[in-house]
Amino acid sequence: MTVLSVLAQLSGPPFESLPIDWHALAPEVVLLSVAVLITLVDSIGLERARPLMPGLAGLGLLGALIPVITLAVEGSDRVLFGGAYVVDDLSLLLKAVFLLSGYVIVLLSTNYIAEGDYWEGEYYNLLLFSLLGMVVMASARDLITIFVALELLSIPAYMLAAWRKGDRRSNEAGMKYLLMGVFASAVMLYGMSLVYGVTGTTLLEPIGLIFAEVGTASVITLGVIFVIIGFSFKVSAVPFHTWAPDTYEGAPTPVAAFLAVASKIAGFVALISLIYFGFLGQSDLIEPLLFILATLSMFVGNLIALRQTNIIRMLAYSGVAQAGFMLAPFAVAASDPETSLKAVVTYLVIYAAMNLGAFAVVIALARKTRSGEISSFGGAFQYAPALTVAMSVFLFSLAGIPPLGGWFAKFSVFAAVVNAGTTAGYVMAVIVAVNSVIALYYYAQVAKTMWMDPVPDGDMTPVGVPPSLGWAIVLTAALTLLFGVLPGLLGDVTDSFDLGHLELLAFPG
Amino acid sequence: MNGGVDAAYLVLGAVLFAIGAAGLLVRRNLLVMFMCVELMLNAVNVTFVAFASALGDIGGQVAVFFVLVVAASEVVVGLALIVAIMRRKPGATADDISLMKG
Repeated sequence: MTVLSVLAQLSGPPFESLPIDWHALAPEVVLLSVAVLITLVDSIGLERARPLMPGLAGLGLLGALIPVITLAVEGSDRVLFGGAYVVDDLSLLLKAVFLLSGYVIVLLSTNYIAEGDYWEGEYYNLLLFSLLGMVVMASARDLITIFVALELLSIPAYMLAAWRKGDRRSNEAGMKYLLMGVFASAVMLYGMSLVYGVTGTTLLEPIGLIFAEVGTASVITLGVIFVIIGFSFKVSAVPFHTWAPDTYEGAPTPVAAFLAVASKIAGFVALISLIYFGFLGQSDLIEPLLFILATLSMFVGNLIALRQTNIIRMLAYSGVAQAGFMLAPFAVAASDPETSLKAVVTYLVIYAAMNLGAFAVVIALARKTRSGEISSFGGAFQYAPALTVAMSVFLFSLAGIPPLGGWFAKFSVFAAVVNAGTTAGYVMAVIVAVNSVIALYYYAQVAKTMWMDPVPDGDMTPVGVPPSLGWAIVLTAALTLLFGVLPGLLGDVTDSFDLGHLELLAFPG
Repeated sequence: MNGGVDAAYLVLGAVLFAIGAAGLLVRRNLLVMFMCVELMLNAVNVTFVAFASALGDIGGQVAVFFVLVVAASEVVVGLALIVAIMRRKPGATADDISLMKG
């Protein structure tokens, strides 16, 4: 008798693998294949393959969008791995946002990375793996899956932040991001272990049902607070935002755009899954907690952004304030779960378009000015009128001026907090309104510098915008305008979400 | 809960976690800061295993394997970054990586 047959007898019935729905996993499979393909092409083609990398990565991301669209057209919800992985309209929309943001990041990186003499194959490989983590996060409905997705998206991002290896500022950016990120993961995991200990499961659905029934308990409170604090680092909510400005400033600018948009949205997606599919029953705890986080983020982010002289740092603090706006609907998460969830998702989609656009214009202008100081962009209208108009569109959209996309995003948040009809909701509405006014000041200040101030050194040579960067700006500007002029587009998508479970978690019995 | 959870394990986990968190905030040596993070992650592992064995559920023990693998890959990236920083400035501490402020 051979060893193998002995083993076969000992191990009982033959192993049968779980049935796997490959159509539902197709976006992830495509992304993974392209990431591996890039590594192969890079190691075979060496220097000759370098110009191919951005094209390959961009096509791969658009290729991964095809199964997302076919799944959306087909329309039925698919539940995999015993409920740990769900592909529904909500997760498909978020996957599409991640893939398109990734595509724009590749467009922004194309010339920046090629001209900077950096490692290209590895750069796009890590970028795709990080995006893979985000796409997985959109579907994750299980604590362990969320944790693995979070690390898959974070660990490549630590390396990308430190990509300019010889530059101490970039090293510092990577180190700060890594230490804060790892600390946050540990805090979050400790919270998850407590939640697991109370509920005996890592799946969010049963956790939600148990939390809705048992009411408050000190262990649950501690666990939920730790988990939410862990993700507050990821979305750079005050008081856990300190890494963001330094990391954005030191990292290569396309990576800063990646962290400010894709990585931040991934943090919010995790918060959406955790709160709306798991912790909703603990409304007495999560509503005040997120109210405080949102209020602090808006005020601190906006007030510090007022006195920034570097455009990247200003965008970083404005990103902190924007995170506050996105956290605001969570403050009425249990009072009006459906409207607040839709408001957060709407804000996320529009934020991706307008913030990526702002970073794209900064990258284009910095090709000429070689500086991130806001004053160096003075008089940009005289030598780069199109870029100045585009930047004004993005800045006023971030400020929430109609008819730009940011207006509809702010309106959705405002409507959601008012609609809840709670005192906290009304107070939050006032805070959102006050902060929109504060934010307008520093966004308008940058626009004023670009339109009216004299050119600092009198150098009027036009900015050479490479085609990929130009296409990225056109794409993001078009989306920003589209969402503002036709808000119904996004409304139709969010209306199709199947959110029947929310009532069950928020109002048990 | 408390279906046979030995409180000693949970206390051990909590104490380890607190030591790690305090160390990360207080110590300035980058390597020691990483060791403190490892301590925090292992505190999580102790807690997961304690709950898993009390609940008779395999999920918590599976989580530990994921935490171990992720901790290893985080350390790989972290050590690479420390090497990059030490090359530029030998003997650097957390106070030296403060070029950017404001």
